[in-house]
This record gives sequence, structure tokens and C-alpha cells, in this order.
Amino acid sequence: MAAPGDRWALANAAVAALAVDPNGLYGITVRDRPGPVRDALIACLTELLDLPVARLPGGMDASALTSGTDLVETIRTGRRIERGGLLTRQRETLMLVPMSERMDAGVAAQIASSIDEAKAPVLILLDEGVEPDESAPPAVTDRLAMTLALEGVSRLETGGVFYSRDDVRRARDRYDQGIADGNAPEVILSLASAMGIGSLRAPLLALRLARVLTALDGAQEIGEPQIITATALCLAPRAVTLPSAEDAPEDAPPPPEPDDSGQAKSTEEGQIEDKVLDAVAALLPELGLLAGQARGQSRARGAGDRQRSATHGRPARSRTGKPEGRRLDVFATLLAAAPWQTVRQRTGSPRDGLIVHTDDFRIKQYERPSESVLIFLVDASGSQAAARMAEAKGAVELMLSEAYRRREKVALISFRGRGAELLLPPTRSLLQAKRRLAVLPGGGPTPLATALVAGRELATKIRRGGATPYLVLLTDGRGNIGLDGEPGRKQAAEDATNAARAIAAEGLTTVLIDTANRPQQDAKDLAKAMEAKYLPLPRADAKAISKMVRSSVEQ
Amino acid sequence: MSKPFPFSAIVGQDEMKHALMIAAVDPSVGGVLVFGDRGTGKSTAVRALAGLLPPISVRPDCPYNSAPGDVVPGRNPDIKEAKTVKVPTPVVDLPLGATEDRVVGTLDLERALSTGEKRFEPGLLARANRGFLYIDEVNLLEDHLVDLLLDVAASGENVVEREGLSVRHPARFVLVGSGNPEEGELRPQLLDRFGLSVEIGSPTEISDRVEVIKRRDTFERDRETFLEAWAAQEDKAQKRIVSARKALPKVETPDEVIEAAARLCQAVGSDGLRGELTLIRTARASAALSRRKKVKVEDIAQVAAPALRHRLRRDPLDETGSTARIARAVSETLG
Repeated sequence: MAAPGDRWALANAAVAALAVDPNGLYGITVRDRPGPVRDALIACLTELLDLPVARLPGGMDASALTSGTDLVETIRTGRRIERGGLLTRQRETLMLVPMSERMDAGVAAQIASSIDEAKAPVLILLDEGVEPDESAPPAVTDRLAMTLALEGVSRLETGGVFYSRDDVRRARDRYDQGIADGNAPEVILSLASAMGIGSLRAPLLALRLARVLTALDGAQEIGEPQIITATALCLAPRAVTLPSAEDAPEDAPPPPEPDDSGQAKSTEEGQIEDKVLDAVAALLPELGLLAGQARGQSRARGAGDRQRSATHGRPARSRTGKPEGRRLDVFATLLAAAPWQTVRQRTGSPRDGLIVHTDDFRIKQYERPSESVLIFLVDASGSQAAARMAEAKGAVELMLSEAYRRREKVALISFRGRGAELLLPPTRSLLQAKRRLAVLPGGGPTPLATALVAGRELATKIRRGGATPYLVLLTDGRGNIGLDGEPGRKQAAEDATNAARAIAAEGLTTVLIDTANRPQQDAKDLAKAMEAKYLPLPRADAKAISKMVRSSVEQ
Repeated sequence: MSKPFPFSAIVGQDEMKHALMIAAVDPSVGGVLVFGDRGTGKSTAVRALAGLLPPISVRPDCPYNSAPGDVVPGRNPDIKEAKTVKVPTPVVDLPLGATEDRVVGTLDLERALSTGEKRFEPGLLARANRGFLYIDEVNLLEDHLVDLLLDVAASGENVVEREGLSVRHPARFVLVGSGNPEEGELRPQLLDRFGLSVEIGSPTEISDRVEVIKRRDTFERDRETFLEAWAAQEDKAQKRIVSARKALPKVETPDEVIEAAARLCQAVGSDGLRGELTLIRTARASAALSRRKKVKVEDIAQVAAPALRHRLRRDPLDETGSTARIARAVSETLG
């Protein structure tokens, strides 16, 4: 096997493994935008898998996946015409799913359940998400064995195809004869725990992948290189906490005590884990995963996240109902009425034209993004005592607890050290917020300007989505890191003022909560530049903060 | 459909398994909600239940799984069919993208078009009659559908009025919903209407984790052998359900147990009578599963968490989860 540091080699291994055991590994999630590199990968796939290729059109309705009545043909012929669903086709298909980051939750759920029932085609999810909060639905990606991040692989690297159909055939024979696991199950499980992966599906798939890779390498028993590759392809993309070479061994739970060979074996296992963790940690930047780390976890979509509205927003599926003040979906109504015309002509009084009953009425529904998103920009630098953080966290949780009723979402950006980090993308999930807030780090200098820029960017993005953003800045106003990431109070203050003016220019509603022990002129000036409401709250607790924010937002 | 993973072979997850068995013993407990992260075996457990449930007797070719004497469309209740057939207890999957038509049933399109005849084509609710209806990611289902399902589940009857057709048919099923709380929560109004709620995570002990993936892996590699190896266990569990069902009507509930339930509900501040009722019913089914003739206060303590945890008011600043709050209340009031 080629050096695992080479991402194209990894991609090759993934493709070959899938070709050996397509029904056990289910598929690959490919993170990359369309381009020659992705095309090269797909060419590899079609060459090695030798299956008919189908494409799942993006933005498709869940009903198209399963078989049903073909309405158009049924009306035309007067007989029921069945239409085969895209998922009910024979299992031996290679299904490419472009734009899978936009997959509808209903479609994802159907695909997931067809995987569970071993009826799904071999899936290649093409995840073209650009924003950190865009990614293919985890309900599906969690069930596919492998994830490849190809972003940044150069065109020139994609030349080699490392496995032939013969290699695959030979590996399949060897795989069918059985591969010895050795202590791979224990090692893989410890690795998964060390990476904070709760799902047991991941280690199961990783184990199977390691076996397939062993067969590809012509070995009888799973060894270290196969575990490393399996970890890189299967576990690392799901990692919640990325292992670093130094601290990982402490985090890893002690390996189980085998009943006969005792100590000797568990130390040996420990060593393998260390080695694998080192190797994978070294690989991570190569895998293109560092930037994408938050992806996939940061998604909170669901019934609670979208509201159906009767009058505005993006059109969603129509439902039955009387129009009464809502908009009638004329086309859907006619479509609903059409099949019944024969019956109605026969049973009621025949008349010319279409007979439409009230049952046919379909009303339009719109998905409307939530009315408002509260963006908390929280200063987590050294000048802000830990207590302030606790209060900010408390305030975020308090506001979230009311979010359901108020149709709000809450986002949280914390800033410290050299940058600002989106800790909590706009969400209404209290649970997710709590999990994120629990790990909020503190300390270091104050990159105030960077934070303001990040806040403004998030706010404009939210506004583009049709919702109203509110910025709540909790700081003492004393930035000491400029936009360029360099220390220096003067430059920092200048950058912060400029960033603040940009926020004012956007016309964003902003509240600045001065958290310093004594109200600061710096913070007041900043609020003025930002045209923000200024609230000195030196002793504010979570309840007070949330109350103030609430009243400011409601004005 | 191929045989599911054996229920008895699921490692740990005792609370979830117990809750599902209780719902199988006494459907009036009112549905089970399973919340947990991905890959913790939610859907495995629910699908496994299908293999565990005792078969039911139905009229041949009945789309409603009706027993002789049941009133269903298209059958004359006065004619007693001599023959019944045994079929597995239905466990019906409701896919997330399902339309209302598909769920409640609609006019038979084929008949309407070809012969001009108005006939009702039963939907998923009919198929789930006398069995279980399972919705994965129930928190992503449209609210109006969840509402409809809970209504039908509570009344045991599906009423369809459209196209001049008026159809009602029995739809007695246990609703089982599962979801991942990170992806959005269920409205509190809907939460409260589920009888039991369990929260699951994957086992923390590494030896348990190894066991989980080993069993799953063996199962997927050689289903037949694996199922055979677990057949005796499955049989035992099925017998337990069957005898508990039989014993249930005779299980006594002493006043002290009812009082304990009331005290506990008051202590945790769960609103309404629903919690109290579910608590007592669950305790009774639990006692029946333990082959006892009388409910004990300990039964209440044991089922308190699944019966009540989703009925508590949430205080976001209180770090203790609902489970811990219930445990505290149990030890204070019943301990």
C-alpha cells in the first residue's frame, strides 16, 4: 500500500475497498466541489466497481425514491401505471448523489432506512458544501463506511490508479475465505473512544474496512497499516475531539484485560493505539479534516428549525386544507382532482369541465426562516474573568429555553487569542448549545476587531436567509489584537472602530454589554461607533443579561 | 423482509428494552419515545421487537389485520369467518417523507380510474393495526402528522372523510418514535402525549462495546446461524410477554402504590393526570413482566424515569437533567 500520507493513495484505497465489499461498506462520502479531481475519482469508481451508474437528482422529493403510481401515465392511459422508485431498483447500482449537502431530511431518512434493510444501492455522496454548516445529512453519512476530503488535492496527483480489477477480484476471494481480526476490534474501539465517537456504527464499519484492506494487501490478519488506513478513512472524519500525539493515550480508556495472556497483551495493544494515533494525528492536516472538523456536527435542522408559514417564505410541499385566507396551490389542486374525473362524471351530475371538490384543495405552505437570530459575541480573553463567561453561557441557555416559543435562534461566537470562532451556529437546540458551551475555552489576548468582522459576516448571512439578526456583544471593549492578528493596542483599537462602523453601516441592531468591573470609555466609544445600545452591567448575572437583551431586541 | 437482529442479543440498553416490552404487554401505556445519539441502536431495538412479538390471528387477506368479529370496511361483522391465519405482529415503518394520504389511506386510484368505483385504499395506519408503528426521526416529522398519529393512537380508530367516502377502521397500534436530540426537539405538547420516554447512549464499558460490534458483525456475516443461536433466548422473552399479557388484568394495584405515584408526580411537578396514569399502568405492566400478582412501590420507583422524564418543566439553568431530578424525587418521596 502506498504511504497513507498521500491523499490520492487513500482515495484509491477507499475506492478499491468499496469495490471488494460494496454491500458491507455501503459507500463513500466525498467532500469536494465538482472538478477534475472528483471526476478522476468517479472514473476510478466506475472502473473498479463495474456497476451500472445512476444519479440521484438534487433537490428531489422523497416520494420519487420509492415506487408508487405514475400519475401522468395513469391519467393518460386510464390504467394504473407503476413507477419504480430510485431506491427500489436493484441493489447492484452505483448511485451518485450530487449536492448531497442539500438533501432533504425526508430523503435522507428514506435512504438511511433502505441501508438498514440492506436494500440501498452503493452510495457515493458528493458533498459540495462550502460553508462550515453545510454538509451531507449525518443520518446517511454515519451509515457509509468512508469519508474522503479531496479539497486541495492537486490535479497532478490524480494520475495514478493503484488497483486493477484483478486486484479487486483476488482480494474478494481472500476476504470471503476470512481475515483474522487479531486484536483489531479492541484497538479500533479504543481509538473511537479516544476520538469521542459515540456511535458504535463507526467502529463496526472501521473493523470491516480494516479487514477488506487486509485482503487487498494480500495479508491474512489485520495489521497496523490497515488499522491506520481504516482509521483515516472511517474514524477520523467522525472525530469529535481530534487526537494529538501527546495527550491521546491518557484519554484512551484502558484496553480490556484479556483473560489468559494478561498484561503482556494489553501493553502491546496500548502501543499499537499510540502508534496509530500518532500516525493519524500526523495525517489529519493531510486529510483536509482540520478545517472541516466542525462539519456534520454543527447541523441542527428539524421540525423545530423551520416553520411552516401560510404566507411568506420559500415554497414547501403543499398540503390538503381549505384555503381560508391561505394561498391555494392551483396546480397541485388540479393534479389532485384530475384522477377522479371519471368517477365524478359517473357518480355526480355530469357536466363540462373539471369537477373539483373541496377535498382536492391544496394549500401552499412556505418555509420561513425563523424571525430572529440572536448572535452572541462573547469576549473570552484573559481580561474577561471566567465568571463573565459563565454568565454569558447562562444567558445563551436562558434565551434558548424561550426560543421555541419566540421563534428565535441563538448563535455564539467567542473570541480570544488570535481569532474568533463560531462556537454555536444558529440553533434552537438547547442540548446542542449545552454541549458546545461546556467546552468553551478562555484566556489570551482580545482580537476584538476580528470578532466584530465575524459577527457582521454571520449577521449578513442570516439576513440573506431572510431572518433578522441581532448582535449582542459582551466585552470590556479593550481589544489588543489587530485584524492582521498582530498585537498592538493602537492598531487594534483602530481596526475595532472600523469594524464597528461597518456594523453600523449594515444597520444591524446591536447591544453592547460592558462587562468590565467599572464602565469603560473604550466600550462606550465602541458602542457609539457601532450605533449600539450600551449597557454597563458590571454585576450582571445570566438572568439580568437575558432580560436586558430581550427588552433591547423587542424595542 | 429479512429477519431482524434478535432483541435478546442487544447488549445493555435495559431501560429501552424494558420500555418496549412494557408497551408490548400493555399498549394502553401509550407509545414509546427513544431519544439518543446516532449509532446507539435505536432503530435496531425497535426493528428487533418485530421478531419478538407473538403472532396474531387475522382474517385471511385483511388489509386491517382484523380479528373475526372486528368491524372493518368491506366485511360483514355478522358473518363469522371460520378460518383465521397467523401472521407476525406488524411493525410498520413510517418514512419521514410520507404524505398524509399514504398514512391515513385514500381512494383507490386504480379502481377509480378503471371502473369508476369508489373504494378506500387503506394506508399505513391500517397496516399497523394491532401492532407497532415506528417513526425514525420523529422530531423531524411535520407537526400536523405527529399530531394526527397521536390522535389516532389514542382513539384506536382512523376516520377518513373525503371524496364523499366516510371510512372508519380500527387502528390500534403502539406508536414508537425515535430521534436524535441534536437535530431538533419535539414540541412539548407532543412529548407529553407519548407514554414512555427513554434516553439512550452507547455502552461505556469497552468490553460491552466490543461485544456489541462482535455480535452485530457475526449477525451480518451469517444471519441464519446467529438467529439460531439466539432462538431459545428470543423464545423465552416472547413467552414472558405472552404470560405477562395474560396476567395483566389480574394484577392488583394497592392503594399505597397509587398514593406513592401521586406523591412522586407532585414532587417532580409533572403537570396533569397523564403522568400519574402512565406511571401506574407502566408499574403494573412491569409487575406482570416480573410475574408478580401485586404492584409494589419499587415498581413505581423503577419506571419513574421513563414514565415522567419528558413531562418535567425544564429549567435551563439547572444543570441536572430530568433523569437526575426524578431519581432525586424518588429517593426523597419513596426512599
